Amino acid sequence: MDAIYEKLVPSPTPETRPYWDGLNEGRLRLQRCADCGKVRHYPRPMCDACWSMNTDWVDAAGTGTVHSWTITHYAFHPALKGDLPYILLTVDLPEGVRMNAQARGIDASALRVGLPVVVAFDRVKDDLTLPVFEAG
Amino acid sequence: MPRQEAGAITGVGETKYLRGTDRTALSFQLEASLNAIRDAGLKPSDIDGVIPYGHGAVAEDFITNFGIKDLRFSATTPMGGASAVASIQCALAVIQAGICKHVLLSLGRTGYSGGRIGTRVQQMPQFKVIGEFEMPLGAIAPAQLYAPMARRHMELYGTTSRQLAEIAVTTRYHASLQANATMKNPITIEDHQSSRMISDPLRLLDCSLESDGGAAVVISAADRARDLAKRPILVMGVAEGHPDSPSAITQRPDLTTLGLAKAAPKVFEMAGVTHADIDVAEVYDCFTYIVMCQLEDLGFCKKGEGGAFVQDGALGLNGRLPVNTHGGLLSQAHMAGMNHIVELARQLRGEAAAQVPDAEIGLVTGYGDMGDGALAIMRRG
Repeated sequence: MDAIYEKLVPSPTPETRPYWDGLNEGRLRLQRCADCGKVRHYPRPMCDACWSMNTDWVDAAGTGTVHSWTITHYAFHPALKGDLPYILLTVDLPEGVRMNAQARGIDASALRVGLPVVVAFDRVKDDLTLPVFEAG
Repeated sequence: MPRQEAGAITGVGETKYLRGTDRTALSFQLEASLNAIRDAGLKPSDIDGVIPYGHGAVAEDFITNFGIKDLRFSATTPMGGASAVASIQCALAVIQAGICKHVLLSLGRTGYSGGRIGTRVQQMPQFKVIGEFEMPLGAIAPAQLYAPMARRHMELYGTTSRQLAEIAVTTRYHASLQANATMKNPITIEDHQSSRMISDPLRLLDCSLESDGGAAVVISAADRARDLAKRPILVMGVAEGHPDSPSAITQRPDLTTLGLAKAAPKVFEMAGVTHADIDVAEVYDCFTYIVMCQLEDLGFCKKGEGGAFVQDGALGLNGRLPVNTHGGLLSQAHMAGMNHIVELARQLRGEAAAQVPDAEIGLVTGYGDMGDGALAIMRRG
């Protein structure tokens, strides 16, 4: 864990806080409509299927498959220089939504659409845990 | 939906495009606006509506600097790089409503000398979702957000980096023919292939420039346009289109389809023309891939066939569809697509630096903010 964390950090709102709290607890939580049951991501106030504002949170299975990716070779923020190059994965979750995260321990030459991955948790500072994907 | 041909482009203007300045964005915006107003044969005080590009000058700046006594309308169209073309729809709507006669669209920026893109997008409200959920992961700049769309296209359809290079090479050649372009040295496909990787699969020469300067357009009511200095360029059809999941590409059902796909059929129908009627196309080119994807979403080829469509100089002045005849954002300057509207008007007037012979009908697109789109089809009046 870095003593000083200089990368961009999220500013959670009351609607998104449970997602970030979940990551800190080592859980990947997704918002679910409490009325029609549709899972949505990223967290937001209203269900686009039934317009309900009642929400639950469910634990995701933590598995997924690669939908697409990029390998970044240029630091768009100075604090990311030391991480180059890094892989950003777009992953289909079995819950029906996607999420982004960096790949950890996955070789670029192994990347393909459909590659199975599992989510892991990277505690980057005291109150912030970021999701990462490892080979599944 | 604006009535067909309710308005026309009557004036266009630009500043010198630069990479390095100590001037303000406002001064560029006013200079370009003045050039556009004079091109139309109007006085600055004739402007009765303004739609400035977001994050720049506001109505007060035009009232104060131009001495406008009764500004009747001001708005912005916050769609990133789609804003300029979407503003044409907005201008026609207020003209058609009888509110304005001469609406000024304008942009000034110090994209090279001021804050760069990685910093700018963090401050934009359209990017707040990305700001919370993707930027902390290291996905910060448009190149990184759009690269997975290009990668998905490549994996599904076999599109190659060399095909994207064709777009960069052709666009650079067109810039080399301009007096006012910032990158004029011709490049080859091999130059593209050896340019450094930014965010795979996007290389440096897949990416647009950061530029300083300004560009502006005057849109006048059709009944006023005929009496002005230049041949009017009539707007036959225009629309904006928003993609599914507009604030997060990650969640978009189809990563390879943009908001433009929703606007395009409406605009072709409104204009009453087919793809074969289009003599020249100015297509928003923040990245080479975005040009290719838009050509598909416009309907010039099927989804997945864009790579083959752009090959073999197809987008050149003598190709099957001349595209970005001014050098675009990739090689002329990044004026957020206002320079694309300027170029289309010049092509249809017959006064472009790299003129497509007898261009009578053309189109211009905008693309921005992770997938917003806009399209206008115009003809020589």
